[in-house]
Amino acid sequence: MGISLLGLSVLVFAISRVLPGNPARMALGARASEEQVAELAAEMGLNQPLPVQYVDYMSGLLVGDLGQSLQTRNPVLEDLLFKLPATLELITMATLFMVGIGVPLGVVAARNRGGVFDNATRVFAFSAVSVPSFFIAIVFQVAFGYYLDWFPITGRLSLEYSEAVSRYTGFMLVDTLLEGSITAHVDAWSHLVLPALALSFGGMGQVIRITRSSMVDVEGKDFIEASRGYGIAGWLVAYKYSLKNAFIPTLTIIGLLYAWLLGGAFIVEIVFGWPGLAKYGVQSVLTTDVNALVGVTMVIGLMFVVTNFIVDLILDWIDPRIQLAGDTA
Amino acid sequence: MSTETSTLDRIVSPAQRELWYRSYRRFAAQPMSIAGAVIVGGVVAIAVLAPVIAPYPEHVGSYTDFANAFSPPSLAHPLGTDSAGRDILTRVIFGYRLSLMLAATVLGIGVPVGVLLGLVAGYTGGWVDAAIMRVTDTFLALPPLVLALAIASVFEPTIEIAIFAVASLWWTWYARLTRGLAASQRSEQYVQAAELAGAGRVHIMLREILPNCLSPLLVKVTLDAGIVILTGASLSFIGLGVQPPRPGLGTMVASGTSFLPQQWWVSIFPGFAIFVLVLGFNMLGDGLRDMFDVEVEQ
Repeated sequence: MGISLLGLSVLVFAISRVLPGNPARMALGARASEEQVAELAAEMGLNQPLPVQYVDYMSGLLVGDLGQSLQTRNPVLEDLLFKLPATLELITMATLFMVGIGVPLGVVAARNRGGVFDNATRVFAFSAVSVPSFFIAIVFQVAFGYYLDWFPITGRLSLEYSEAVSRYTGFMLVDTLLEGSITAHVDAWSHLVLPALALSFGGMGQVIRITRSSMVDVEGKDFIEASRGYGIAGWLVAYKYSLKNAFIPTLTIIGLLYAWLLGGAFIVEIVFGWPGLAKYGVQSVLTTDVNALVGVTMVIGLMFVVTNFIVDLILDWIDPRIQLAGDTA
Repeated sequence: MSTETSTLDRIVSPAQRELWYRSYRRFAAQPMSIAGAVIVGGVVAIAVLAPVIAPYPEHVGSYTDFANAFSPPSLAHPLGTDSAGRDILTRVIFGYRLSLMLAATVLGIGVPVGVLLGLVAGYTGGWVDAAIMRVTDTFLALPPLVLALAIASVFEPTIEIAIFAVASLWWTWYARLTRGLAASQRSEQYVQAAELAGAGRVHIMLREILPNCLSPLLVKVTLDAGIVILTGASLSFIGLGVQPPRPGLGTMVASGTSFLPQQWWVSIFPGFAIFVLVLGFNMLGDGLRDMFDVEVEQ
């Protein structure tokens, strides 16, 4: 895990310093004079040798100093911490949809192998994996937001509540409760449903398929046959014995997907005007805000590494036979 | 008659043909595999023949005909027209061209690089293996879209840069897959036999091990084509891929969002076109996976 993080920092550093022409030029724009660029470059330490720059950058990173955002003029870390809860709320909800809808569909499909439901789920899973997230987001907006008018189309909270709810944690579902407003809480939920569902689609397809295939694998095992032989009810065998074992590959995928959702969130947040990390990242890309971009990339990589590590721990707990693979996270 | 058969037998042994036939039967047993093959084949044909079959080839670039802007789907314009009065069907057909070119270029660069690195790592082992796989893991620690964003952002946003950005990280998947395959083949008897016969390392890697890794690689390439197309479309949608007036499918969806929901066809049809193509690749790849009976992580 440590090595992965070190590698990640080098990679992000390389993207920010080695690949582009000149971060100072990008920060100031095409119209700045050569002197201005040189001055800012000196200020940013860009005229130092690269190893020195890397050490500077790393020592900043270790104390949480990611520099200043050229766009918002705030310290990048502050911006990131401000934006992160909205994104975490979104991808956590998307993960819940992925698991809450995907796993049951996969289990039922496996139990009706070859039947109509199995085939329908198969088609659905294929479609869910294949649909571009921005397309499904737009379709949801038009269908459920505009024509059916079930859910709001943009933002995290309706205007009438956004003044009344102050920021405690940054998680809107928590903040509205802390504020003691049930109506605002419901409003926050209704804003969350469409983007989270749109974001969860691709992963849901994968969860359905992996759950189905591992259920099918496990169903053929001796211990399942044996528990059937004891006369234990079919559904109980399916949920208590098969699913527990079939869940291991599913969980591995979910861990990977949780971090991948951050990539998908880049798109979904733009479509739904969700004021999160990804939207901040895209803005930093479009305005060539290098420090902010490095921060966003770093946070995402960090979450990926940490999530995989946590999944390894959970897997170890579920199935002690799996050896913790040292630093492969 | 009999001489013909023997000639054929000399080229491809009956046992080999029997194997192929069985594989084909496994493939054809799934209607979705056939559907996938038809979709991918159809789209490739459409893309190749684009200048011939597109109803209004002149609408591909910055053509304008504001009198016909926002025509809903009709016989003259089956998918309607966009804000500049351009035929959307024509632009979707040419958009398929760009999408397939993106996939072909990214995989054309990423697959050979990744496969070579994977072969070296898997066959050599030791510190070479460790070094290559550490670098690979690092690249894999970020969603491709985010890395592509980071790379695309430091250059001018063009489709060429987007292709470069996506290609520069796609090799990692192939390095990992091939490394696993090569490592598992290393101790096989045919490799040991070749080593005893005095074959060189390059010969063993390319002529002995590689042919035995081809089926999983082919499956992976097919499944990946869909993902590359999705990634490219997403980059274009954000504004870092194909630039207007070029007809990128993601670009077209993005340009139509301001006219939703009234002029829905401007966004919805190009979006649906991406979906169909990616679905085709996924169904085809899944069919090939059944056919070769290989495990490939997606």
